[in-house]
This record gives sequence, structure tokens and C-alpha cells, in this order.
Amino acid sequence: MSKKQKPKREPIPPLRVWGHVVALAWLVPGGGHFLQKKHGRGAILSATIILTFLLGLLMRGSMFTPRTGDLLTTIIHVGGFLGNLASGLLYLLTIWLGYAQPDVAGHVHDYGTKFLVAAGLMNVLAMVDAFEIAAGRKD
Amino acid sequence: MPKVTLTHFEATLLMAFLISVVLGVVSRRTDEERLRYGLRCFGYFVLAVFGLAWLMRLGHG
Repeated sequence: MSKKQKPKREPIPPLRVWGHVVALAWLVPGGGHFLQKKHGRGAILSATIILTFLLGLLMRGSMFTPRTGDLLTTIIHVGGFLGNLASGLLYLLTIWLGYAQPDVAGHVHDYGTKFLVAAGLMNVLAMVDAFEIAAGRKD
Repeated sequence: MPKVTLTHFEATLLMAFLISVVLGVVSRRTDEERLRYGLRCFGYFVLAVFGLAWLMRLGHG
């Protein structure tokens, strides 16, 4: 019986090919796709991520601040902060314009916080997709 | 700023829908595959929501 062959890892293309695309994709949800003329997918990603983020804000979700302590606290707060930060300009504008809410008890606020992190994680997926298109791994 | 208030069920379904849209768009290569994958993801999310909800209800007695 033959062993299953591992798929060959493709080399990472130079930074100048994908760097600006990924940077724009981080800053503006869907921006990496628009830059590469993938307008349909860019519009859907952009609308979905912005809607998720806005719903999170309207549910009075709170933003994470990086806090260390025991392992679980570090994972939750640093991970949550990175998730928030991944939303790019949406996160930066929320902080700069003072729309960040304090953390309060209640299931709606709690869902809001999760929506805000989910928007960032969706943007990470959009950034990876934009990278793959820029690197020529996807059409 | 207006406030949105949703029940647990509405919030989970809404999040399931939004995540399914993104997963569908980034995961497949043709539009038909994307639509099918997005719908499948949404179906799995809904199944998980109902499964976990019943598990919690039975667990609490």
C-alpha cells in the first residue's frame, strides 16, 4: 500500500506582491478584494463584516484591552484584543471617536462583545483570501 | 446611538448567518459551490444551536 503523499508547500511570493493588498484588506474590510477588482466578493465581505461590527456596537458590546494574569485571563483578553484589532479601521475609529462601551453584565452586551470579535475574525478570513488571490493561488 | 436588543435565539441565528456568508465567500471557487457551502454551514450552525440548547435544557432538569 502506498503512503499518502504530502501536498507540496508553495513558496511564499515576495512581500511587494501581496503586502499592500493584505494591509488594505486589514484596514478596510473587503478592500483587498476591491483592489484586485473582485468587486462582488469584496462587496459581500465588506457588507457582512461592517454589519457584524455595527450590530456588535449597537448591542453595546465592549472592546477587549490586552490584560495579562493567569493563563485563561491572558488568552481571553489578549486574544479578544487581537480579534478586535483585526477589524482595522472600524476598531480604530470606534476607539478614536469614543464609541467603545464599558463591559457591563447582560446577555445582549455579551453577544455584542462576541459580534465585535467575530467581525475581526471574519476580516482575518477576508485578508487570507485576499492574500491567496494576490499570490496567484486563487482566481 | 440606538440600542439593538435580541434574544439568545435571534442573536445566535444572526451570527450563524453572517459567519456562513463569509465562510461561503472565502472557501470555495465557484459561485454555486460558495452558495452551497454557505447554506451547509448555516444548516450545521442551526443544528448545533438546537442540539446545545436541548443539551443545556436537559442538563438543567
